[in-house]
Amino acid sequence: MAEIASWKVKTGLAEMLKGGVIMDVTTPEQAKIAEEAGACAVMALERVPSDIRAAGGVARMADPTIVQQIMDVVTIPVMAKARIGHFVEAQILESLGADYIDESEVLTPADDMYHINKHEFKVPFVCGCRNLGEALRRIGEGAAMIRTKGEPGTGNVVEAVRHMRTVMSEIRQLQTMPKEELMTAAKNMGAPYDLVLLVAEQGKLPVVNFAAGGIATPADAALMMQLGVDGIFVGSGIFKSGNPKARAKAIVIAATHYKDAKILAEISKDLGEPMVGIEISTLAAGERMQERGW
Amino acid sequence: MRKRIGVLALQGAFREHRLVLEQLGCEVIEVRTAADLAGIQGLILPGGESTAIGKLLQFAALGEKIKELAAAGLPVFGTCAGMILLSKRVEDSEQYNLGLMDMTAKRNAFGRQIASFEADLDIPALGSQPVRAVFIRAPFVQETGPEVEILAVYEDRIVFVRQGNLLASAFHPELTSDERVHQYFLKIVEENCGN
Repeated sequence: MAEIASWKVKTGLAEMLKGGVIMDVTTPEQAKIAEEAGACAVMALERVPSDIRAAGGVARMADPTIVQQIMDVVTIPVMAKARIGHFVEAQILESLGADYIDESEVLTPADDMYHINKHEFKVPFVCGCRNLGEALRRIGEGAAMIRTKGEPGTGNVVEAVRHMRTVMSEIRQLQTMPKEELMTAAKNMGAPYDLVLLVAEQGKLPVVNFAAGGIATPADAALMMQLGVDGIFVGSGIFKSGNPKARAKAIVIAATHYKDAKILAEISKDLGEPMVGIEISTLAAGERMQERGW
Repeated sequence: MRKRIGVLALQGAFREHRLVLEQLGCEVIEVRTAADLAGIQGLILPGGESTAIGKLLQFAALGEKIKELAAAGLPVFGTCAGMILLSKRVEDSEQYNLGLMDMTAKRNAFGRQIASFEADLDIPALGSQPVRAVFIRAPFVQETGPEVEILAVYEDRIVFVRQGNLLASAFHPELTSDERVHQYFLKIVEENCGN
């Protein structure tokens, strides 16, 4: 009779998050601030990406106490991150009742060849991508939501823009191909053929796609929305800024009124210092989180 | 004549409502500011996060304008978060809402995401074929005033209600291809235009 964890139910929650902002939080107090600002969900973490970057070493799933405490204080959905390929961290997060799991390149990968078989879980997953092939591989493994990776913890939106433009341009290319070219396209991008056919036919990803990795201002959020993403993840950008409350609220409004420059101008005033950004070219290849994922 | 229906587009699954309404021949207006409300004959409040939508409704007093129009008879249909926004009372919550229907809603009433489900739901007003209803971190209605008509109950929980020009469902008819729930709302719009 009642069917839980169906594909419709898993992708359905992502549909409900659209047009919203998902904020990284590390304490119950931050979670309350995010909810109060109008976040549509929070990501429970031990450290935000910029601190993970600064600390170095191995970054793992958060202490379950933190995830639990955050789930206890907010009524909006709570997401949590597991390492790439670490299906036991995912099992633990599912048992805690997390609403979505992010199999995330922000944490140190636990498997250097394979991602989690996400179909096996009742809880839905979101995964990062830099291009269409990566997005479709993750969806093939069971991801019910996608986010462009950007470069986490940098406060620099350039990589998020590049990844979104790449995905959109690859979708447009598929749409113009005659059917006999699609198998080779699938081979070249390393994507499941059935999903390539679906994208060629529908002209869009089969699941919701958010932007992540480097969004620090309301204008950044609106830029990504105008480029066609369904919503925004903000990691370090809020709680590493001078006035988290005001900035969080402004980014929420920007994700809704992204086409209205007058409103964007109004809400961008007096937000205090944004987080300090990092120029991507100063990062060594090994410091780029976006390259994690197979 | 083509009906002109607004879909509140602050946050949530407004695109899906838009597609269903277009399928049914309506002209659809995405409502983000009070100016977008001009000339609409009905309004849909989509699913999403009710706290987030509640905050955004307070921006530039959009929520108050919607309250005025609904009180003057504009048909409004809320799904999931929209049901919460329409309720006069929301259990354990002080969040902003429109408070137009005489009932108490309970948020996330079926549990967290892992308890979200789809099921066949009998809705006598829509005929004998059940509706496939998708419930996502869904609310239900705990108690209703005398003006509220109960249209569907799932395992003793009230999940579909009407009060005059106002309609609310705990489930998401916009996520399935069955258009009967939207057609039912458009009938309310039609009756209202006739008056």
